[in-house]
Amino acid sequence: MELTGAQALIKSLEMEGVEVMFGLPGGAILPVYDPIIDSSIRHVLVRHEQGAGHMAEGYAMVTGRPGVAMVTSGPGATNIVTPLSNAYMDSTPLVVVSGQVSTASIGTDAFQECDITGVTMGITKHNWLVKDPADIPRVVAEAFHVATTGRPGPVLVDVPKDVANGRMEWYWPESVDLPGYRPVTVGDPEAVRRAAELIRAARRPVIYAGGGILKARAADVLRALADRTGIPVVTTLMARGAFPDSHPQCLGMPGMHGNYTAVTAMQRSDLLIALGTRFDDRVTGNVARFAPEAKVVHVDIDPAELGKVRRPDVGIAGDCRLVIEELLEALAATGQHARADGSAAGGEAGFGDLAPWWDQLHRWQEQFPLHYEPTEGPPIKPQMVIETLREQTGEDTIVVAGVGQHQMWASQYWRFEHPYTWVNSGGAGTMGFAVPAAVGAKVGRPDRTVWAIDGDGCFQMTAQELVTASAERIPVKIAILNNAYLGMVRQWQEMFYGERYSEVYLSPDLPDYVKWAEAMGCVGMRVESPDEVLPAIEKANSIDDRPVVVDFRTDAFEKVYPMVPAGASNDDIVVHPAHDGRAR
Amino acid sequence: MSPRSRESRLHVLSVLVENKAGVLARVAGLFSRRGFNISSLAVAPTDEGERFSRITIVVDVDAAPLEQVVHQLDKLVNVVEISELAPADAVQGELLLATVEAGPAERSQVIELVGVFGGEVVDVGTSQLTVMLAGRPDQLDSFERLLEGYRVAGLQRTGRVALPKLGASSPRLSQVG
Repeated sequence: MELTGAQALIKSLEMEGVEVMFGLPGGAILPVYDPIIDSSIRHVLVRHEQGAGHMAEGYAMVTGRPGVAMVTSGPGATNIVTPLSNAYMDSTPLVVVSGQVSTASIGTDAFQECDITGVTMGITKHNWLVKDPADIPRVVAEAFHVATTGRPGPVLVDVPKDVANGRMEWYWPESVDLPGYRPVTVGDPEAVRRAAELIRAARRPVIYAGGGILKARAADVLRALADRTGIPVVTTLMARGAFPDSHPQCLGMPGMHGNYTAVTAMQRSDLLIALGTRFDDRVTGNVARFAPEAKVVHVDIDPAELGKVRRPDVGIAGDCRLVIEELLEALAATGQHARADGSAAGGEAGFGDLAPWWDQLHRWQEQFPLHYEPTEGPPIKPQMVIETLREQTGEDTIVVAGVGQHQMWASQYWRFEHPYTWVNSGGAGTMGFAVPAAVGAKVGRPDRTVWAIDGDGCFQMTAQELVTASAERIPVKIAILNNAYLGMVRQWQEMFYGERYSEVYLSPDLPDYVKWAEAMGCVGMRVESPDEVLPAIEKANSIDDRPVVVDFRTDAFEKVYPMVPAGASNDDIVVHPAHDGRAR
Repeated sequence: MSPRSRESRLHVLSVLVENKAGVLARVAGLFSRRGFNISSLAVAPTDEGERFSRITIVVDVDAAPLEQVVHQLDKLVNVVEISELAPADAVQGELLLATVEAGPAERSQVIELVGVFGGEVVDVGTSQLTVMLAGRPDQLDSFERLLEGYRVAGLQRTGRVALPKLGASSPRLSQVG
């Protein structure tokens, strides 16, 4: 069967099981858009290519399937650079197809030419410039394989226009041949055995669970490990939902804006069991002073993460799910040794006695709970909006956030009970992520309620994708915590720059978010006092045929607490002023 | 930094890569964005057919960062295999070309010096000589130092290439967990 390169490309995407893609056509990618008309793949037409990338990310994060986006050459391709970088930092499987000028024009500064494989080399797992239509099925198969296996991540396939227009004899490769690509899976049994010994001997252990738990679909085995060992669990920003917040062993989020107990538990720990996580600077604070007494067991599918920041006592390269399963087996075996040599000391099933540790943790939880001061009248406290939202929606609701104060409050005050209910931009910190990511998440899980909790600064960056949502009937809900500022930057200027506010004021009324929402085909609401919060959320929840935007006028002076200042040690965590002076 | 301590920070990585467009840019870009220093780099196709090339990279790092270099390098899809060639376990070679100002008075001295090192004169002008020397990197270092007594108009070294010594077993780092 002879096909054009463009037909082969779309057919290859179908062969990979792609059901939906996000994109925007243009000159160089025109040939590839033609066969989309005849394809089973749903194409969501975005209003800006950055939206396509973040939608694909939101889709991937809630479904576990690779997100697919398609853009044209030049500015179309550069507009999706930010989502590629975002997906690279958060290990999200993403396949981006970009158009390119014809092979004969490459290197001539042709119209809408950009060396996008060069630009994205450092922010993709791999990228390809296809030079022959016959290569298309092979490259697409390789691209999906690389994006979804090992440590997942974004890939880019650049397709020159003449390659799309050229003809090829259709085939579908049975396997991929990448001699330099061999992701690890199972952990080294000897290392697993040593890890089990450390776990058995620990007296102040903490399971430090990261986003890799979700990538490995390991939430259930993480739960089993926690239940088996009685060890407390912290869930990083990327791992919220990987372990239920209602579980008595869940300490919540660590890090720069983590709660006191999670931060301090890691800091005082004698054993960190790091699972699918990378010792990000936002978690460790000052690395040299991070968890000084802790031994480290580090499990990650990317061998380069082991020892990159903190040298582990036991490093295990492997898939989190498989390694935790191996660990559970090894723990079952070593439990007997503990009883035999008498070190069980009152612990359960041969483990160290964690009772004194839990007493300490519970004291911290009582002394330093998350805290804000509720108010009767305006302005609204942003935390109160999130608490009300949480109470008014099912626990399977998908929550999406942008980047900044609202993101931290959402992570702190939401109660995550299920994996894949939290979508946010972690490593890259991409403002404007929420609206398009929410659209993508809703496309991936149309059965779920999707609420984006966004900031006013973030919303203004990518709000145009609500036009996409209205046009495509994707009923997402957006709660803007409108404090009229670039709030996190304002907080830093208040705390660390002597209250010298430089270029952070945005105005609560410009733009008029209600009119803007309505102009984009959404329902728009404004909420100015605390007593209006609940009715507005009830109304928003009752609307299911179009997107809803609620402009919550929140307190501009509210700060995110606790906070570990940038570069400081986690020991120097700043608690809410109401908790100042409490015994630590 | 003394030459000895610098030499101890130099590690020779022999990297087998797929012979694909852009692979050198991927390797160089990785070193640049991760902040690793390349001391020298040589690349050429291998005898294993058209599919693979071998890049010999001399990196200037301590042992712990070296592990990071290797792991990050190994993540490149086109990188097939990485071996560290410890200087004691490797044969190393390099090529040097130098154009030396040498009038009639100095010409014979330079020719003699090149002869001592087993090099050859490859070009002769009225007041200049171009010489070529192949050898171990430390021999080239010595030769370069001796040339300091003359005016050198141009000097170019290729960067070293290396292979394991026969009978020595260098670890294939990319295949170590």
